Amino acid sequence: MKKPQLSSKHVPLAITVLLFVVLFTAGAVKYPAFLSMQVFFNLFIDNAYLIILAIGMTFVLVIGGIDLSVGSVLCLVCMASAHLVENKGMNPYAVMVLMVLIGAVYGLIQGSLIQFFKMQPFIVTLAGLFFGRGAAAWISIETINITNKTYNDIAHYRVHLWGDNFISIGAVIALVVLVLAIYIAHYTKFGRSAYAIGGNESSAMLMGLPVARTKVLVYTLSGVCSALAGIVFSFYMLSGYSLHGQGMELDAIASAVIGGTLLTGGVGYVIGSLFGALTQGIIQNLIMFDGTLNSWWTKIVIAALLCVFIIIQRLLVARRDSQKAKGNVKTAL
Amino acid sequence: MAGNEPILRAVGISKSFPGVKALHDVNFTLCAGEVHCLMGENGAGKSTLIKVLTGVEKIDHGEIYLEGKSILPKTPLEAQAFGISTVYQEINLCPNLSVAENMFIGREPVSGCVINWKEINKRAQAALSKLNVKIDVTQSLDTYSVAIQQMVAIARALDVSSKILILDEPTSSLDRDEIDKLFEVLRRLKEDGIGIIFITHFLDQVYEISDRITVLRNGELVGEYETSELPKVQLIAKMIGKEFDVLTSFNKGNAASAKGCEEDSLCNDAAFIKAAGLGRQGGISPFDLSVRKGEVLGFAGLLGSGRTETARVLFGVDKADKGELYIKNKRSAVASPMNAIKNGMAFCPEDRKREGIMGDLTVKENIIIALQAKRGMGRCISAKEREKLADKFIELLSIKTSGPDQLVKNLSGGNQQKVILARWLATDPELLILDEPTRGIDVGTKTEIQKLVVRLAEEEMAVIFISSELDEELRTCDRIAVFRDRQKIAEISGEDLNQNCIMQTIAGGQKHA
Amino acid sequence: MHDRLKLITKSKLFWPLMILVLMIIFNIIFVDDFLSIEFKDGHLFGRIIDIINRAAPLMLLAMGMTLVIATGGVDLSVGSTAAISGALVCSLIGGNFDGTVQNPFIIAIIAALFVSILAGAWNGFLVGKLGIQPVVATLILYVAGRGIAQLITGGQIITVYYKPYAYLGGFAPGIPIPFSIIIAAVVLVIVLLALKKTALGLFIESVGVNSVASRFTGISVVKIKFLVYAFSGLCAGIAGLIISSMIRAADANNAGLMSEMDAILAVAIGGTSMAGGRFSLGASMIGALIVQSITTTLYAVGVSAQVLPLIKAIVVIAICFVQSEELRHKLSGIFSKIGGARNEKATVKL
Repeated sequence: MKKPQLSSKHVPLAITVLLFVVLFTAGAVKYPAFLSMQVFFNLFIDNAYLIILAIGMTFVLVIGGIDLSVGSVLCLVCMASAHLVENKGMNPYAVMVLMVLIGAVYGLIQGSLIQFFKMQPFIVTLAGLFFGRGAAAWISIETINITNKTYNDIAHYRVHLWGDNFISIGAVIALVVLVLAIYIAHYTKFGRSAYAIGGNESSAMLMGLPVARTKVLVYTLSGVCSALAGIVFSFYMLSGYSLHGQGMELDAIASAVIGGTLLTGGVGYVIGSLFGALTQGIIQNLIMFDGTLNSWWTKIVIAALLCVFIIIQRLLVARRDSQKAKGNVKTAL
Repeated sequence: MAGNEPILRAVGISKSFPGVKALHDVNFTLCAGEVHCLMGENGAGKSTLIKVLTGVEKIDHGEIYLEGKSILPKTPLEAQAFGISTVYQEINLCPNLSVAENMFIGREPVSGCVINWKEINKRAQAALSKLNVKIDVTQSLDTYSVAIQQMVAIARALDVSSKILILDEPTSSLDRDEIDKLFEVLRRLKEDGIGIIFITHFLDQVYEISDRITVLRNGELVGEYETSELPKVQLIAKMIGKEFDVLTSFNKGNAASAKGCEEDSLCNDAAFIKAAGLGRQGGISPFDLSVRKGEVLGFAGLLGSGRTETARVLFGVDKADKGELYIKNKRSAVASPMNAIKNGMAFCPEDRKREGIMGDLTVKENIIIALQAKRGMGRCISAKEREKLADKFIELLSIKTSGPDQLVKNLSGGNQQKVILARWLATDPELLILDEPTRGIDVGTKTEIQKLVVRLAEEEMAVIFISSELDEELRTCDRIAVFRDRQKIAEISGEDLNQNCIMQTIAGGQKHA
Repeated sequence: MHDRLKLITKSKLFWPLMILVLMIIFNIIFVDDFLSIEFKDGHLFGRIIDIINRAAPLMLLAMGMTLVIATGGVDLSVGSTAAISGALVCSLIGGNFDGTVQNPFIIAIIAALFVSILAGAWNGFLVGKLGIQPVVATLILYVAGRGIAQLITGGQIITVYYKPYAYLGGFAPGIPIPFSIIIAAVVLVIVLLALKKTALGLFIESVGVNSVASRFTGISVVKIKFLVYAFSGLCAGIAGLIISSMIRAADANNAGLMSEMDAILAVAIGGTSMAGGRFSLGASMIGALIVQSITTTLYAVGVSAQVLPLIKAIVVIAICFVQSEELRHKLSGIFSKIGGARNEKATVKL
């Protein structure tokens, strides 16, 4: 019924999937060790937290906002759970629930300031960024190692797939979040309202959608995702440190943008953000495999990649606009 | 027809905004199964009446009855719940969502806790095919033309509630074929007993589709008429009212001299600006045009006909990709507004708020800024000179302001327009392009601006005057260029310069090559 | 009420000055020896001098940031640019133990400033020419910048033993006041002159208020945006020199860390709206002094450096909160409710 058609909206996503395949193949050609199923699964294990952050960020970008606080919320959650589990001896599961709540409240407050007081998203979430870092440092300036048995058990637990391949609990959480996010984005009224707001906020209002509630909830969702990512990160690092996750807000934004989310709002794919995060993971792997390159190259390459994709977006939008002006749009009356 | 029972009755509606009485004791009746045109010049109160009926604005006095029951919609949503839906000229849908989703968002059918996309697509397809629109509803809205988007908006409106449908200038960006399709749909809806309020500035369409007409002027009701009993000329007279007589007195001082140069206008030495085959892909097809000093050239045509696009190309806002432009017989490439300004041009854009005023700057700064840009960043206008310029133009154009240091955003629309005019007059231009300079401002100021245009032409300035109001153009212009479908289709001057001829040309009746 | 509000907004320096005075009074009461200034080895010493000295780089950052924010943008990359500038100058001078230089001092400074302008120009290109949102455009360099600084230093902290280098962020021989403040003052005077003698200030404000209308008026919006971001880069570069000179080393990781927040905070305290438009450099400078005295005061009462961002974040939100139009609407709504139905009409108008 529907012909397969590559609209300009899908171009960045297609490029990303292609890029991912090319990078993976390139790695496989250069380093024979690269070509194993486990290397692929390791991408999920090593980037589980980033996948979760990117998913939250996707929703925020879709409504035309931005959340700079995700990295520092992750850091705060890591630090707070390490502190509560290690120094206060709290029940690990209670800590995790508490952390998700903290993330939700963090996002709720940011969203409310943005929506109800018409403050700009960047300034509110930038303050959120610094607040989170400051709060983490306030708990402790030193690294707190997590020696708690439950945390260590979870961290080292392997979910076996076929053969010798396995993934971590963190990766499982990421995949669950992914599936939930796809459901929310495409099959719930809340998700569709978010897309509508990104498309045209005043239209959304006139069509009777709950604009204010949706926007605040999207920021809350991003807060929850950051907290979940923080919990996954604490499994991954087994420590809390006030400089954890620095610059991760850019990684998350980059994942979403590389995955085809438009910075101007209205268009975005959760599955694209997954590929965006995995692409970054593979770049990191390649630089690591190379061995001679400074690890700082990762940041530079990812920033450059983000830059390229933003420029592609601009060009695509410009092309579509000019096409529209030329009248090349369908008239099927 | 009028014999039908009234479905909506608005009685004694009054509404005022700070400084303006938008509606004064207006009555309006809509019957089931009729198309009722709401007519009036810009600023007559049409849009305010619509806003009141749809709950966008609160009324100060008066009552609204729907099927005999008193209602008071406070939001567009409430109005929808009562069965009143509106389709606006700028389509209020989400371009990024699919056609089907645009029709059902906010009220999606849900099975379990999952949106039932199959159902949505099926129902959207069905609703659209009722309007004879057959498209792939799963494609995103922005892949379709404005005409289809309009149909989608109508389909949504009908599907949400179907007692009263308000169409606010729906035809301004449609071509003839698309208008026919729309009218076909409207006739069918009429038969289904839906009351339709139709707003347009295109008189032919009024007579083609409407059963009755209500005319407003300056926020007051002029009268309600059967369309078949009201000749076009009388309708225009009712819309324009008495001012017509007042204004005819200063008509066209230069009409005689304009005639002589018409035939060979392209090789006329006195032309300030001359375009030969100038055009822009997607904007305006190549056109020839010349404006002489001391002449007012009008651009007539509907919204989206290419008149604004032409002005933008001339002023360098959009770059021309074809043809040549001569300024004072010298070939010049106007690549940017700055370039145009340096060549002695000035441009009052259509969208005053977005493209004109700088709200948070003072009246003084708004007046001197174009002159400053023309002089360049380095040659700063001294504080004393600024003061002098501001005072001069505030007096000259009688701008109502508490002082040159008042913020422009606190002025009324008419005075903001005057400030923008002052801004350009300060640069002492040789060609002034005015795009809808009188839209949305009170009648007094309108007349002032029209008089000013004529006076400027007498002082040897070349003026391009763009307006949707034909009589306004007829009053001020020596020559009128007519645009349709992004093409300049004719130039009218001399004896042909009358309402009928222009209307016919716009409608495509006869072509003056 | 409206007239009084107008009067206050008219004097942009009023509120920042009030806060600064309060800060000083607080310090006089709670911090020992706050006012004492010593004269030693031809230089002045004391807490106030220290605050001014440390405020100098922040003032520079705030100058650039003020102009950028006035055009309706923001520059998140200033801290990273400062780190690049510091890294470059130190690696060019080199860490020779005998205090000699590998390249002439002046060449090193020029190179560092050139690269800083380049970094700013890159931001300006992305924002002005390509029309990318300022937050994202500058975020790229915010993250990549520290990576670039790391590459320049080879991942090490380069310590410079060349003596004149220490003058920049400390004292030059024969001058009693810190050299850094002289640099900041000179740059400020040049910028103020440029704003006064040319129409730059008016153009920046008009771009911030309405960039579309500015273009129609013949102002080159792209050029203005490019200029302010390049200038912000230059300011960050100079600040980077001073910061690295203070510790006589290039620390790619920590130089100017989180200083973008301080700069934005200074501008916000100065009363420039985050949405762009009206600005006052003088008020931003007072803002910078306030931010630095908050920092110094908090150190003095024993708050650790890493916790500071927490307090600053709260202050920024509080300021934006007070600036928020919505808050004013809501407050006036509440007041008129208390005032009774008589005032109802007035609220509707608001």
